[in-house]
Amino acid sequence: MNVLKIATAGSVDDGKSTLIGRLLYDTKSLTEDKLEAIKKSSEQRGYDYLDFSLATDGLVAEREQGITIDVAHIYFSTPTKSYIIADTPGHVEYTRNMVTGASTSQVAIILIDARKGVIEQTYRHFFINNLLRVKNIIVAVNKMDLVDYSEDVFNAIKKDFEALNAKSTYGEQIVSYIPVSALKGDNIVDKTDAMSWHSGNTILGHLEELEAQDVYDSGKVRFPVQTVIRPKTDEFHDFRGYAGKITGGSLKVGDAVTVLPSLTQSKIKEIFFFDKSYNEAYAGSSVNITLEDDINVTRGDMLVKTDELPKIEKQVTATVCWMDSKNLVPGTKYIVQHNTNRVLSKIDSINSVIATDYTGAQENKNKLSLNEMGEVSIKLSKPIYFDSYADNKSNGAFILIDAQTNTTAGAGFIN
Amino acid sequence: METLINEIEPQTTANTLLQGLGNALENEAIYIFREVVAQFEKPVLLFSGGKDSITLVRLAQKAFWPAKIPFPLMHIDTGHNFPETIAFRDKLVKELDVELIVRNVQDSIDQGKVIEETGKYASRNMLQTTTLLDAIEEFKFDACIGGARRDEEKARAKERIFSVRDDFGQWDEKNQRPELFDMLNGTIEIGQNVRVFPISNWTELDVWSYIQKEDIEIPSIYFAHKRNIFLRDGLIWSAEDDVVFRAEDEVIEERWVRFRTVGDMSCTAAVLSKADSIDKVVAEIRDSKISERGARIDDKRSEAAMEKRKQQGYF
Repeated sequence: MNVLKIATAGSVDDGKSTLIGRLLYDTKSLTEDKLEAIKKSSEQRGYDYLDFSLATDGLVAEREQGITIDVAHIYFSTPTKSYIIADTPGHVEYTRNMVTGASTSQVAIILIDARKGVIEQTYRHFFINNLLRVKNIIVAVNKMDLVDYSEDVFNAIKKDFEALNAKSTYGEQIVSYIPVSALKGDNIVDKTDAMSWHSGNTILGHLEELEAQDVYDSGKVRFPVQTVIRPKTDEFHDFRGYAGKITGGSLKVGDAVTVLPSLTQSKIKEIFFFDKSYNEAYAGSSVNITLEDDINVTRGDMLVKTDELPKIEKQVTATVCWMDSKNLVPGTKYIVQHNTNRVLSKIDSINSVIATDYTGAQENKNKLSLNEMGEVSIKLSKPIYFDSYADNKSNGAFILIDAQTNTTAGAGFIN
Repeated sequence: METLINEIEPQTTANTLLQGLGNALENEAIYIFREVVAQFEKPVLLFSGGKDSITLVRLAQKAFWPAKIPFPLMHIDTGHNFPETIAFRDKLVKELDVELIVRNVQDSIDQGKVIEETGKYASRNMLQTTTLLDAIEEFKFDACIGGARRDEEKARAKERIFSVRDDFGQWDEKNQRPELFDMLNGTIEIGQNVRVFPISNWTELDVWSYIQKEDIEIPSIYFAHKRNIFLRDGLIWSAEDDVVFRAEDEVIEERWVRFRTVGDMSCTAAVLSKADSIDKVVAEIRDSKISERGARIDDKRSEAAMEKRKQQGYF
């Protein structure tokens, strides 16, 4: 079944968790025991209504504070599709989680409180979805029940957002506007009489019409080698397979391929998925490939079609989203993980700090703090083989690993 | 049902196109298995004999064919397993020709490291954690592959695919590494280990549908059978063994039941069911109004039961 990945973004109290809880409830995805638990908790807290946010806020601290701290993954399905929602927190200090959620999503739902309209947080949420090139944006104007379901309020917010959209750095993004009340269930799964003036879809109706796509498929094959499979059994004595997941396009038996970084050339001999061999395999497939020639290929190498070479360089400039409490400063060393390839790197310079509210560059303090973004030049000890993020998501992104703490300290999007 | 080992000889299916997207979850799981083997020195697959770990075994086979599964399986045996599960486990390991490590909760009890719970709700489920952490230390495992899924429980919904645990096996839920794109960072210090969840993004129905599609053999207790049971707190408990404490006023009846999860007998309740084939089970799950963990008494202890167990090093 096709899987559609969605990320949600909104500020504190915009009702994100409630919206997701409502999606689950109205698609009958909340089982009776879970619903019972929500009823019990809501009553204990003395609420007059069912608090659907209790369905998603998983950690004790979150329930105590009534906020979402960490990315939660929520699952539901309809007869046509499976949905995975990455519920990401809206606080300014948790920007890293939003970037995380958006990195694998095809759709983003940005929530706006109808009473507050487009606020600074909305700018940031949209900016991140622009930067990460999330294809479909649903602007859900929530709490319409608290503004008497006013069409004027909705239109004013829509107009503000359209002005924001004019500044978008990603031209192919598709933005849709839906007035909702997550609490009352208006326009989430079912249409509502309260807003008969809204001729468009409900949230679910809109999601159902979207076709699930591989967000990494740019058309050009990139095959990062994960591991080499050598059975060393009598039957497969000389078998040497390269295991990995195809991103972009397809690979066929007989295709002329180049191995990076060695630039050795060969041809695809066989393509296996488990114990069956195939003539052609498409993007998204975790296959095991053998080559015509006995050449040296190891983890971190990449197979590409010989006529579709990426850039091969020891210096990159990228937009970096910083996710660590320790600041990023020039001269420090980090491990760059680019697909399956790991290379030691040195931060050359921080060229600018980018304002995530579309006001342009901020004052460059020559450092990036937690949740800041900036343009960074990085020198690599060995070449990486990449495309720009705009051309190829999977081959244009990397993570920075702190060699001392081992943590994932930042994410980069290559210019 | 076919055996768990597929024909070794590759069958060429000319012109067949392999669609990655239609099988997104399977492809993702295979990708994760390969990252484990590439990034860690001593991985192990935590095998409970339940459907999720059996699914993991099938995915591991697919990830490394024509090589054998390149890590051992480990079963933390509470001593309260359904006999069908143990028989199944031993048969599977023999067919796959992989190493099986068994460590017993009873040994941890005998060594005085943990104390057996008593009373009506006594269970060995919590005690497993100590045995598991000891085994990780004994074998110096750096990655433990488990069949947990994010749809199971609220705290699990927040868990990463590569989830770092400290020397004490603890999960620091507020300080997890971000996981972007499909890049997995398994770098750790000596003493730390990583719990890996290849089927994080699968739902219960996904697992059952996969078992159906792949024709994977599973223990017979997953299918409807006649069993002596008694009712307590609206849940159905097996009365065919002395593992579950039964009060005198709790009456035994014979009913058609099956198990939806196969954990420690002392905390796994049955459901009434006539689904005696995989097709009927899948249909039943699709229409089910109760969640899978609804029949797991260990989660009902408190709203934060799972989170607390995870912080202490539970799977």
